[in-house]
Amino acid sequence: MLKGKVHKYGANVNTDEIIPARYLNVSEPALLAEHCMEDIDLDFVKRVKPGDIIVADTNFGCGSSREHAPLAIKTSGVSCVIAKSFARIFFRNAINIGLPLLESGAAVDGISNGDTVEVDLEKGLIKNLTTGKQFTAKPYPEFMSQLVKTGGLIEYTKKRLASVK
Amino acid sequence: MNLAEKILAAHCGKKKVVPGEFINTKADLILSNDITAPIAIKEFRKIGVKKVFDPKKIIMVADHFVPNKDITSAEQTKFMRDFALEQGILWYDVGQMGIEHCLLPEKGLVLPGDVVIGADSHTCTYGALGAFATGMGSTDIAAAMATGDIWMKVPQTIKFVYKGKLGKWVGGKDLILFIIGQIGVDGALYAAMEFTGEAIDNLPMDGRFTMANMAIEAGGKAGIFHVDQKTLDYVKPRATRPIKVYAPDADAEYAQVIEYDVSKMEPQVSMPHLPSNAKPVSKVGKIEIDQSVIGSCTNGRISDLRIAAEILKGKKVHPRVRTIVIPGTQQIYLDAMHEGLVEIFINAGAVVSTPTCGPCLGGYMGILAAGEKAVSTTNRNFVGRMGSTKSEVYLANPAVAAASAITGRISSPEEVTK
Repeated sequence: MLKGKVHKYGANVNTDEIIPARYLNVSEPALLAEHCMEDIDLDFVKRVKPGDIIVADTNFGCGSSREHAPLAIKTSGVSCVIAKSFARIFFRNAINIGLPLLESGAAVDGISNGDTVEVDLEKGLIKNLTTGKQFTAKPYPEFMSQLVKTGGLIEYTKKRLASVK
Repeated sequence: MNLAEKILAAHCGKKKVVPGEFINTKADLILSNDITAPIAIKEFRKIGVKKVFDPKKIIMVADHFVPNKDITSAEQTKFMRDFALEQGILWYDVGQMGIEHCLLPEKGLVLPGDVVIGADSHTCTYGALGAFATGMGSTDIAAAMATGDIWMKVPQTIKFVYKGKLGKWVGGKDLILFIIGQIGVDGALYAAMEFTGEAIDNLPMDGRFTMANMAIEAGGKAGIFHVDQKTLDYVKPRATRPIKVYAPDADAEYAQVIEYDVSKMEPQVSMPHLPSNAKPVSKVGKIEIDQSVIGSCTNGRISDLRIAAEILKGKKVHPRVRTIVIPGTQQIYLDAMHEGLVEIFINAGAVVSTPTCGPCLGGYMGILAAGEKAVSTTNRNFVGRMGSTKSEVYLANPAVAAASAITGRISSPEEVTK
């Protein structure tokens, strides 16, 4: 069960805002996390606490393919991202590195900045503890659930290669 | 099946694939760069295989921060170079490198009918050649380097039909900025965009690269063109492998078909801070600029430089405007020299840089201060993309960028060529 305070943003939050390219001369997750969300929310890294949740409108993570973006979010302590929709490459990257994403328009509309939210990933349940309202996220397709259960793409690939041998 | 479905079916060993289906597709080329390769290499090591599946199908290009802009980027490039040498894969470094999406087609490394995956969002550029090319993350590339294939969801396809003939200063950049303006930055989310019609048939290859390049700016998974004589004329002298051409079936299905008559289209300008804020140049108003950038994987090809030179020839750029021209590859640089374009740029007061992604992503070679504005032939104008979060980027074609460099404000090419 994930639980944390919500940091809410609008539509089209792009990867340049999540982790500006001027910091991409390194790839260590801890160094990237120091600048997470910097160009859209300068104080985010000061406010964020382990378990916190990012909630955003449509097309979250649009722009570049940089995996540094979900890495920075995950390493900053954020436990999951809830959005109306996700940009395609960001979605893959997050699944691959184990940052949980939940898609639910109703949840996004029913959650305000600063609310406390609890998420049951297994059941896809999103509960706004501040208002008492509950929402259900769109389930992952079967293949992606398997990928997540296996522990991400690297673990999945290891298993695949082992089964061929 | 449509074009994307045909290529994907052929690469996953199926007779037919349908949108939404999860497949495991073989990749003909697996790409990463100096920013994304380091993470891919670290993840690759975790898989536990010693060697990449096929060194001839893996390519790394140092292009974002090279020649290295600082110590940490030098460390990243070195990390990539060491891996490339160890594995014997294709790699391009300073002296041979170019901006990856200008370089790979030029070298004949991508061919029609290929599936190309790259840890760079603008990998979709190769759709111009009738390939299915899409951007992914570093971990995807790590897995593919080990196995030679990757999971994919077969995308829906939106077909765009452009009717009419384009005006003198209107090209691929304007067609794609216009579409993104119409459908929005997530208008083609998860979809392949198939570009067709009279205006596309007449569009030179460089313009097609520009359009395919920006499919991602509409959220697209791929931007794809039919293979025609122009494509074959481009790839035949360069190809080192047999070419396999796919065409959509007559009864191909599309999620949507969108038609535009583009015969009266003006050059487009995308206002800050989204590529979808596109307007005809005549409706932009008076926007004074501090910098003009002509280059990038979107518009750093020889035809782009020719257009800019045609406008800058015998003129001077506005004293306030730093004008930065960046040929996409060494070959484009050489061609620009032989054709006298470099001399035109320097005489006009512009600088000509070695190939690099540099300013496009706010890396180096033209960073903006707070309050500054740039017109740029690049692909993104997000907050802080080229520097300060208080700076602004206006996206345009090379003719508008060159004309604006002369007048000091965003201008139609007609203003300086009459």
